[in-house]
Amino acid sequence: MNADVARDPATPARNLLARIGTGHFVLAALLLAYPLVSSDFFLTQIGGYSLIFGMLALSLSLLAGYGGMVSLAQISFAGVAGYTVAIFGENNSNILGFGWPWWLVMPLALFFAATSSALIGWVSVRTEGIYTIMITLAVATAAFYFVRQNYTLFNGFPGYTGLRAPIVFGVNFRDPVPFYYMCLVAATLSYAAVLYAARSTFGLTLQAIRDNPRRMRAIGFDVTAHKVVAWFYAGLIAGLAGVLLVWFNGRISPGTINVAAAINVLIIAVIGGLKHPIGPFIGALMVVLMQTFAIDIVGAERFNTLIGVFFLAIVFFSPDGILGLWGQLRQRLAQEDLRSRQ
Amino acid sequence: MRIHRRTLLALALATGLTAPAMAVAQAEDIKIGVLATFEGAFTVLGEDGERGALTALDEVGGMAAGNKIVVVRGSSDASPDSAIRAARKLVEQDGVKILVGPLSGDEGIAVKDYAKTQPGVTFINGSSAAQDTTLRDPAENFFRFSTDGAQWMAGLGTYAYNEKGYKNVAVVAEDYSFPYTQVFGFMAEFCKAGGKVPSKSWVPIGNKDYSSVIAAIPDDVDAVYVALGGADAVNFLTQFQQSGGEAPLIGGSITVDQTVLTSKGRLRDVLIGTPAAGPTADTNDTPEWNAFVEAYKKQEGAFPSPSLFAHAYYIGMKAALLALEETGGKLDDDGANFRKVLSSLSFETPTGKVSLDKNRNAIADIYLTEVTEGPDGNLLNKLIKVVPQVNQTLGIDEAEFLALGAVSRENPSCP
Repeated sequence: MNADVARDPATPARNLLARIGTGHFVLAALLLAYPLVSSDFFLTQIGGYSLIFGMLALSLSLLAGYGGMVSLAQISFAGVAGYTVAIFGENNSNILGFGWPWWLVMPLALFFAATSSALIGWVSVRTEGIYTIMITLAVATAAFYFVRQNYTLFNGFPGYTGLRAPIVFGVNFRDPVPFYYMCLVAATLSYAAVLYAARSTFGLTLQAIRDNPRRMRAIGFDVTAHKVVAWFYAGLIAGLAGVLLVWFNGRISPGTINVAAAINVLIIAVIGGLKHPIGPFIGALMVVLMQTFAIDIVGAERFNTLIGVFFLAIVFFSPDGILGLWGQLRQRLAQEDLRSRQ
Repeated sequence: MRIHRRTLLALALATGLTAPAMAVAQAEDIKIGVLATFEGAFTVLGEDGERGALTALDEVGGMAAGNKIVVVRGSSDASPDSAIRAARKLVEQDGVKILVGPLSGDEGIAVKDYAKTQPGVTFINGSSAAQDTTLRDPAENFFRFSTDGAQWMAGLGTYAYNEKGYKNVAVVAEDYSFPYTQVFGFMAEFCKAGGKVPSKSWVPIGNKDYSSVIAAIPDDVDAVYVALGGADAVNFLTQFQQSGGEAPLIGGSITVDQTVLTSKGRLRDVLIGTPAAGPTADTNDTPEWNAFVEAYKKQEGAFPSPSLFAHAYYIGMKAALLALEETGGKLDDDGANFRKVLSSLSFETPTGKVSLDKNRNAIADIYLTEVTEGPDGNLLNKLIKVVPQVNQTLGIDEAEFLALGAVSRENPSCP
């Protein structure tokens, strides 16, 4: 991030292509071509699901990486969006379900998610470090128990079923390939927005606030307002992920937003690495692959142990997650390259 | 540098290729998915379910019609979402054509909904026992050989009213579809006999503190009907006993099973004499049941007596194997013939004859039991009476039964 700061003002005239970077083009080509080579299962259950959870972790990583605020409540904001879709859209649980069209429900869901995120953010920006984690954990836990106990609005334990992605212009977004591309577009938008925001005045201010809030306040910045806006953006991304998640599952229940899911989002962000917005997506892919296939490797009794050991190993060898591993590897390669030239 | 890149690429390719390859079995093998709760609060129950399924498989030496059976396991944590994810992985990635599971009530309803999107795959229920899995809006390819939670209560309401003389009963149950179904089954008979249920308390799964629930039980009830499972049952019963609860108990099918009866503590005094009903009974003395217990005990980590989860998964797996044997292991017509055989299957189980109704829900014997002290001091469910061939509508005319409405917190009601 510091490198970005130094580079950007010096090279204003670089063309768009160079600014986006070749790595991104290669990645985009690979992701676009992915449906050609993968089965439906790998397309949705691995690809789509990873993108969705990557977005959730991205919203956390936006707060944690750029704002220094670790939130465990991102899954709850996704839940806000998800339940909005269930309550205002169509469901087949025979409770509420106003049947509004998707183009009305989706913005509403995003709005509710972002507003609730900003609200929780507004409460928790008065705290720092571990206290933010505690507050957001409390919010996530309370949200889970509330929706599980409340039957009039959230239909309690079973939640809502029959939530389906819309059919738009003849494209059925329930089908694997359209669904994958929808997730890809949403993830790309979120990713690009975070990248852009990080280099914008707002992003730079946020990072400065993270590094030294007192000084920023002294200079005359409104620290609280900047943090709350960051929470709002994070809520938007989490909400978008939440809408996709209920379309993916076709249902939402308290189990979708329980504490285990909240921790899962944190694990994904940490495994992937918080230093760059690509980290959460890498983390999500690794975690989803592990959680899906560990049971085939070691059997039903101990597969969660294998997952745990794998995560432990990553954090042990690289505190910066997989991104950090890549950084270490690149450094080593560069050194060997130098040596071989000598 | 170049070498390094190549090595990396090779490594990446190798890991990418081997991971899916591990899951691929040989072509002539028949893959059966077993979906159970191998994580979360119901892990112990899920593992016992798997033991039951493997017992059925071991009986036939792991073969059906000359084909080797390969079991692929899927794990859920009792939430509907996780059950769907596990089911989709088994069906869409591992390519199982037969899936046995899931374990818990709402999981069953979710998997039934999923079954409708996979018409070529046959779903055989594990132990999930919510009524609406098969009664309302059933899926053509979802079969339940293990009866539902209302059927498991057959005979209990009448027995409590007539033999035990309980006129007013309070209900304490967990707040999801399986206990709703159990309470429905109990109250259907109890209210019909003339009993009253003045108070119903629904508690969330995993509740720890029952003091407010116990305080809310009216003083003038003759008994308390408890439909809680595992740790919830132990917590409730302990606190009920400590707070000086005097009212006798009536148990749901998983409230007084071996997982609760073998727990430590002073539950003994509260529990002895508790009537309950379910698909199995510990002191069942038929040779079929004893043979099943012996076979079950060969499984690793088995309980002294199989739980109803082991029993349900055993029946489900057994049905699949019998039908495979009859069709010669052929599933090439998207399993249509296999399902036809399943629908008309009628076979002897360790707990009597099982056949299916038109919604593909089992008609089977139900056991009325009472907790007693066994010869070695252990608590056991003593068999009081067998209620033969209970169907899903509990012997009531189907239209009349459907008119009673879907099970819920409010339905049925007889205050």
